[in-house]
Amino acid sequence: MTEKLKQKWRTCRRDPKSFFLFLAVHLAACFTMLALLFIIIYILVKGIPHLTPELFSPKYTSENVSLLPALVNTLFMTVLSLLFAVPVGVGAAIYLAEYAQRGNRWVGLVGVTAETLSGIPSIVYGLFGSLFFVKYLGFGLSLLSGALTLSIMILPLIMRTTEEALKSVPDSYREGSFGLGAGKLRTVFAIVLPCAVPGILSGVVLGVGRIVGESAALIFTAGTVAEIASGIFSSARTLSVHMYAISGEGLYIDQTYATAVVLLAVVIFINALSGYAAKKIGGEQNDE
Amino acid sequence: MRNIREKAMKCLFFLAACVSVAAVVLICAFLFANGIPAIREIGPLKFLLGTTWKPANGLYGNLPMIIGSLYVTAGALVIGVPVGILTAVFMARFCPGQIYRPIKSAVNLMAGIPSVVYGFFGLVVLVPLVRDTVGGRGMSVLTASVLLGLMILPTVISVSETSIRAVPQSYYEGGLALGASHERSVFYTVLPAAKSGIFAGVVLGIGRAVGETMAVMMVAGNQAVIPESITAGVRTLTANIVLEMGYSTDLHREALIGTAVILFVFILIINVSLSLFIPASTKIFQIHWRSRAYTGNNAGKSQKSRV
Repeated sequence: MTEKLKQKWRTCRRDPKSFFLFLAVHLAACFTMLALLFIIIYILVKGIPHLTPELFSPKYTSENVSLLPALVNTLFMTVLSLLFAVPVGVGAAIYLAEYAQRGNRWVGLVGVTAETLSGIPSIVYGLFGSLFFVKYLGFGLSLLSGALTLSIMILPLIMRTTEEALKSVPDSYREGSFGLGAGKLRTVFAIVLPCAVPGILSGVVLGVGRIVGESAALIFTAGTVAEIASGIFSSARTLSVHMYAISGEGLYIDQTYATAVVLLAVVIFINALSGYAAKKIGGEQNDE
Repeated sequence: MRNIREKAMKCLFFLAACVSVAAVVLICAFLFANGIPAIREIGPLKFLLGTTWKPANGLYGNLPMIIGSLYVTAGALVIGVPVGILTAVFMARFCPGQIYRPIKSAVNLMAGIPSVVYGFFGLVVLVPLVRDTVGGRGMSVLTASVLLGLMILPTVISVSETSIRAVPQSYYEGGLALGASHERSVFYTVLPAAKSGIFAGVVLGIGRAVGETMAVMMVAGNQAVIPESITAGVRTLTANIVLEMGYSTDLHREALIGTAVILFVFILIINVSLSLFIPASTKIFQIHWRSRAYTGNNAGKSQKSRV
């Protein structure tokens, strides 16, 4: 590295512009990495000392500011959202990749709406959820309203990744299956879908990441009750909402740091998981 | 029997594909049905261009929030775009093979950090920093811009990187063959060829910055007035909705939905401009999704081909 730098320094006088560009590119990359490291390390250093057992007591009171109920609710919310989003997303992707004719107008429309959905800000989802699920359908501020809102939010993500995964399955697999006398449906479920599982999983994992990190869309749909939800119709705050709620009060800065540590740990774990899924896909492709 | 099952499942898949269309239609319908009457009652001009937002006095001018959102987004671009594009260039063309993977996963992690965590970080680090070094109360346009600039980095980076990688290697080699240095070859042949993809990344970044809610709200100060300097507090469209939705009623509530309509139209304009001005936008989108899903899948290969 120093050897390379010296060489660069020598070219500096001859070609200052190249040297400047070289420097700018490296500085930018360093800035990005340092910013991320600084955020993570700062939160960890400030937060880990405050990770007390009190924070994990099963019941939330204004004294212990326990995050355990929120953590459990996050799990409920994730499972419930995936329960809606994965079947619909995968089904839609199967239609787009396996059934729809190329150049179909309807396919184009589905693509455009999926892009639109992925661009809508989360607060607009929150507002829509509170108008539609909470008020119009009468679900109230509840786990169910929140999960339905989130499932619309992650739908395009799951659709896109599944569609990509299905399209990367070689056509010869399908032809082989048809050749052995299997119908379309059997081909899809027994041959194509299993091959696409790692791709679908990485999409699902990304979706989980968005669910865990979401707060704006949940405040007006799932509410901010800091108890473990007793059913899908009871209001519950997830970890992100919990963190927002306690950071706003100004009394619980230490606990907020600790909550941020837990939230970061969850997000890092999810990212590692998606990285693992990606590696698996890469490995399979190398085998071919 | 088998035939019926095939048909039924095809129907089911088709219905699933319709859900996203239905969702967009429903979102439009509910936002517009609830927001437009209020805008009409207040008066579209007053609603869009009024400079005072005082629901208690029946004044619902959204101009401070619109300008606030624009300022903050512009500020985020000033920081996020140059750093993002240069980092993408580094990752695609300068990065030694063995540190590529860690950097790529770091960028993905950056995209995955929840906005409340960014917001809290801004609140405890950036706000005091700005207060002590630049002045003002710390919660300001500047603070929000810096924080948002960091938050849009991963979007700009990953889209730019994939589009830089999509440029044929021969462009770069042609540059070298004409005697250009590595840097000049990358910046004067590869980068211009990737500009539509990079532009798409920037536009996606704008979308993210305009739509960001919690993080901005926690550091921007949220005064509903047009900011006079970069150290003055600012309220964005998104923050306006979250701040007042909880306790609003009647016309006030509908005016907030009207604010969401403005925001929604903003985002629609951004989306449409993406697909209008960039012919290959759908392709870029797919690349974008893929790059997010399969973390740096083809990275190893192209690295090898370069070295």
